Amino acid sequence: MRNILFAALIAVALVGCSTTPTKNAPVVDNSGAAGASGAQTAGAGTGAVNGNAAGSEAGNPLHNPNSILSKRSVYFDFDSFVVKDEYKPLVEAHARYLQSHPDARMTIQGNTDERGSREYNIALGQKRADAVKRMMVLLGAGDNQIETVSFGKEKPKNPGHDEAAWAENRRDDIVYAGE
Amino acid sequence: MILLLRRWLAFGLLAAVPLVSAHAQLSIEIVGGAATAIPIAIVPFDAEATWPLGITGIVGADLSRSGLFRLVNTDGVVPRPARAQDVQPAVWRGRNADAVVVGSMRPLPDGRVDVRFDLVDVVKQVTLASMAYTVTPAQFRATAHKIADVIYQKMTGAPGVFSTRIAYIAKQGPRYQLMVADADGFNPQSVVSSNQPLLSPRWSPDGTRIAYVSFESRKPVVYVQSLVTGARRAIANFRGSNSSPAWSPDGTKLVVTLSKDGGSQMFLMNPDGTGVTRVLASASIDTEAMFTPDGQSLVFTSDRGGTAQIYRVSLATHQIERLTFEGDYNVSPRPFPDGKGIAFVHRENGRFEIATLDFATRQMQVLTSGPSDESPSIAPNGRMIIYANEAGGGGTLAAVSTDGRVKQRLVAPATDVREPAWGPLPRS
Repeated sequence: MRNILFAALIAVALVGCSTTPTKNAPVVDNSGAAGASGAQTAGAGTGAVNGNAAGSEAGNPLHNPNSILSKRSVYFDFDSFVVKDEYKPLVEAHARYLQSHPDARMTIQGNTDERGSREYNIALGQKRADAVKRMMVLLGAGDNQIETVSFGKEKPKNPGHDEAAWAENRRDDIVYAGE
Repeated sequence: MILLLRRWLAFGLLAAVPLVSAHAQLSIEIVGGAATAIPIAIVPFDAEATWPLGITGIVGADLSRSGLFRLVNTDGVVPRPARAQDVQPAVWRGRNADAVVVGSMRPLPDGRVDVRFDLVDVVKQVTLASMAYTVTPAQFRATAHKIADVIYQKMTGAPGVFSTRIAYIAKQGPRYQLMVADADGFNPQSVVSSNQPLLSPRWSPDGTRIAYVSFESRKPVVYVQSLVTGARRAIANFRGSNSSPAWSPDGTKLVVTLSKDGGSQMFLMNPDGTGVTRVLASASIDTEAMFTPDGQSLVFTSDRGGTAQIYRVSLATHQIERLTFEGDYNVSPRPFPDGKGIAFVHRENGRFEIATLDFATRQMQVLTSGPSDESPSIAPNGRMIIYANEAGGGGTLAAVSTDGRVKQRLVAPATDVREPAWGPLPRS
């Protein structure tokens, strides 16, 4: 309000005065919408059951802790985009699930550790998500079944600042639609 | 030389703005100054004491904070000069002042105030500037910044940036706010807030809009929001990640990074989200693009050479040139307004530092010592670079002069502040 007043009145100033683009910075609160999206569940490897998930919960292998499909995280080495051998059975299982459930949709969320540029880390996380998607598509999943996105370093699973935290944050999370 | 000016800024003014959080107000500490600061005497204006919030105190704080000026004591000069013709050069040379600012404030019948000042060079004994403003008391702060801009311009040759604004992201607990404040940290206002990350605020060249990235829909999406109306639009919300917006110098285009066609690639688009065209087709990461000031090229970060380095591409010919060669991680290029170089983030021995590169000499100059400096943004006069320091996980903002001599810290208590973006010069 003060700034609009200023912009209006400065225009009638006498000498040496220029107009100014100073404007009100209006307030928009999106916290409600963001909260409603349930976006806090980035670490989807907990196997938590969500009532909106498609299919019968009782027999849903995606949420059966004894099924490899309940495992949702793929971890990466520093500065690496290579899916390590230990995660290949997990990736293969999800690829087979997508192949046998053509209506299933999945998002792979890439993450990085906290070091370096925020925007460059978004690209690095994207590259990690794309690496897992590429493997799944090669194994028979449909390209249109998988969206890859990146959180860069913005949503660390482990808020620490040491190598252990960084290793935990260099990660892809697999989230099925409806979860 | 160490000027230590510690100002915890009052925030009583802000109580009427509902979403503004007092914690998010920045205070500025100067931790280093220029080797040769200009000694200047700012004489309290005639009748200034009539108003609780004066003008000369703000002018002096602005000039001091730039690191290029040193305030000369004005106590005991009787009578106190209020006009250029009243200034006795010998008196001020005796106090080692190179310049003197004098002025007056007169109430008008309609409640406004006539503010006049003269800037006198007491070495050459000439009046360098003589200005008058008619303002309300609510405009004193803005008027003081204008006066400081005039003095800065006359004494240094470069435009002052005291009337500009900065945008930044303030994080308190789980809450992210995109804030816009005056360049001295006053008048912080919340533009948008979210419980999901916000990043990469970028001013339109005319200062009326801000592009930014929001995670509110569980992925990075690029928005453009009007600071005039508050209206906003998701301009890039394609399948995959949408990030790293930057405006063309004429404000008619944005460059963004999209993964919709695979990889992270640069695209041009209109500010309303139409006209999306891909810039390059590469198998590498191409991101963090910024237009050069002539609008003819982009500088960007790419791993096409095996490590993260900065490149320039001509939009007309698509010819690509690598710009950085020292070290294995050079990212976040920001072109200087004169087109002669870039500021960027350089990694050395695991430390992330702000550096500059001069295109003509190919010389890199490291300006800060890290360890976690990121997101540089250059003042529109090219003299200062504001950046974020993430050391220890709690972000603060800092600024360094382009010659590395002047250093400031901008601190907001109990708030993680990051992603600073220096706004454009006010339009004249």
